[in-house]
Amino acid sequence: MKIVIAIWEGMKIAFDALRSYKMRSTLTTLGIIIGVTTVITIVALIQGLNKAFTNQISSLGSDTLYIAKFPWMMEGNSFWVYRNRRNITVKEAEKLADLSTLAQAVAPTLYTNRPIKFQENQLEGAIIVGTTEQYLITAGFVPEYGRFLTANDVSHNRPVVVLGSEIAEKLFPNSDPLGKRITLGGHKFRVIGVREKRGTFFGNNLDAYAYIPIGAFQSRFGAQFRSVEIAVKVKSPELLDEAELELTGLMRRIRGLSGDKENDFAVNKQVALQDTYQRLTGVLWAVAIGVGAISLLVGGIGIMNILLVSVTERTREIGVRKAVGARRGDILLQFLIESVMICALGVTIGVVLAIGLAKVISVTTPLPASIQLWVVFLGLGFVFAIGLFFGIYPASKAARLNPIEALRYE
Amino acid sequence: MLIQLENITKNYQVGTVTVTALQGIRMDIDHNEYVAIMGPSGSGKSTLMNILGCLDTPSSGSYLLNNNRISDLDDDRLAEIRNREIGFVFQTFNLLPRANALQNVELPLIYRGLPAAKRRTQARDALASVGLADRMDHKPNELSGGQRQRVAIARALVNNPSIILADEPTGNLDSRTGDEIMEIFEGLHEAGNTIILVTHEEYIAEHTDRIVRLRDGLIERDEAANGGH
Repeated sequence: MKIVIAIWEGMKIAFDALRSYKMRSTLTTLGIIIGVTTVITIVALIQGLNKAFTNQISSLGSDTLYIAKFPWMMEGNSFWVYRNRRNITVKEAEKLADLSTLAQAVAPTLYTNRPIKFQENQLEGAIIVGTTEQYLITAGFVPEYGRFLTANDVSHNRPVVVLGSEIAEKLFPNSDPLGKRITLGGHKFRVIGVREKRGTFFGNNLDAYAYIPIGAFQSRFGAQFRSVEIAVKVKSPELLDEAELELTGLMRRIRGLSGDKENDFAVNKQVALQDTYQRLTGVLWAVAIGVGAISLLVGGIGIMNILLVSVTERTREIGVRKAVGARRGDILLQFLIESVMICALGVTIGVVLAIGLAKVISVTTPLPASIQLWVVFLGLGFVFAIGLFFGIYPASKAARLNPIEALRYE
Repeated sequence: MLIQLENITKNYQVGTVTVTALQGIRMDIDHNEYVAIMGPSGSGKSTLMNILGCLDTPSSGSYLLNNNRISDLDDDRLAEIRNREIGFVFQTFNLLPRANALQNVELPLIYRGLPAAKRRTQARDALASVGLADRMDHKPNELSGGQRQRVAIARALVNNPSIILADEPTGNLDSRTGDEIMEIFEGLHEAGNTIILVTHEEYIAEHTDRIVRLRDGLIERDEAANGGH
């Protein structure tokens, strides 16, 4: 009961003191405000990026491997090394599909960039994908309407095309695209289906793709100088590592690599992207923690400084309080509460600013930012940690004052 | 006996020099006495008052207050004794400038740990007893000197202390207001309180029943006041 009264009274006294020095108290909290705002905003940014990233790469499929000439992540000048590798061919993909025991589906894919036309409507920057019916499985293809390529379409190299939703919308704003003949890079194709809307992937519009049989692709847009990317969906996600070994071995055998030769292909997967991403955000975290720690330290020293001034100014008051019966602990508590309250003011303003900033960032830039509840609790932790740490010295200085000298202080 | 001082000494270390402020004080004060402590500056009267008020402890000797030995208590125990047993009235009032009269009077009760409602009633009563029932929510700078000193007296009274210890309580007041304050002390004395007054003014000391005169850290004379009652 006594301690409750003591804390409550301490809060009233501290509140009173802060109110009498509004300007000073606010300025003192600046360091804390900047620190908290920075930390929370950066954390919110990282959180937002994480969420976006996870959403994005899930479209790659966690149980799909991508065998290609180039790895997804390249270091330094290694591009030139990879460029000189032999191209991967459709034949190799077929052999791989025959030999692999862990693959559920194997889809060779070729990409090129061609304009698409239907009557007056023309679309630049669309990506033409040549692939097989297996792509339905490896890419988790879901048709909006119509159908995907069939084995028949592929084996007969039929000039048929499945459109991404955006292409369909732009070319056929008011009509049904199914059965219509459109022009892909100067060649006629018949629309057989439209893919469901997917959004963007790191700035790529995933709905600006058009899918045709791989044989038709090669005959219209060329087979030479193109390296195939082989998407392999593994029978189950836990087999991923095993499948990577199997596919690597099979590819080496298919390509006739002797034991002393290095792989001349790359096996890419979503996890590797995640690792790289986490390394990148690790740097961001370090920056956040660094900036935050420095400004909180500066803010804390500011609080300590202002409390020392306050103790000196209020020496007489401390003397009076001691004369009428305040114990050391009472005075200590009073100044610690004052310190924590200054901090609380700073952290509250900081959190509010950070929430506002996060909103502004997510509205005005493509960067997503999301503030989560634990960040606010983290803020509460800061309040007590900084308030107590930097308050303890001035508070104990006040508590140790000799009442006689304090009463005599002018 | 309320107060028993036995051979009290007090030395201060000033740099390398030891200054003796009290050289051996022996004095008893009984309940409901009204005592003035007098002496020129440097006579040790402030030191004696600090020791009596439990703001300081003697270098040697024994101080019994209500038969409790005070002379060697630690800071926190002394704070409790000050809270319960001593009511201070200072020359410069020493009120908290940002608190109103009622809050100033409540202060000792806060450190006693009383709940707010009880504090308020007790503080109101104390203020009413010094005639300030209508000034409770005034801040010190909205009060005259005499009114401020009355707030300070109310604060000293509020905990029903064993001793009211007043250090030059009229020193900052004009003589008419000073007289008013002295009347309040007289009333308190008649109501049964023990009052110790530190002063260097004869006519103030004349209000009391007993005058203790200090010189060079010793009691020079301890006599009944002749002008008093």
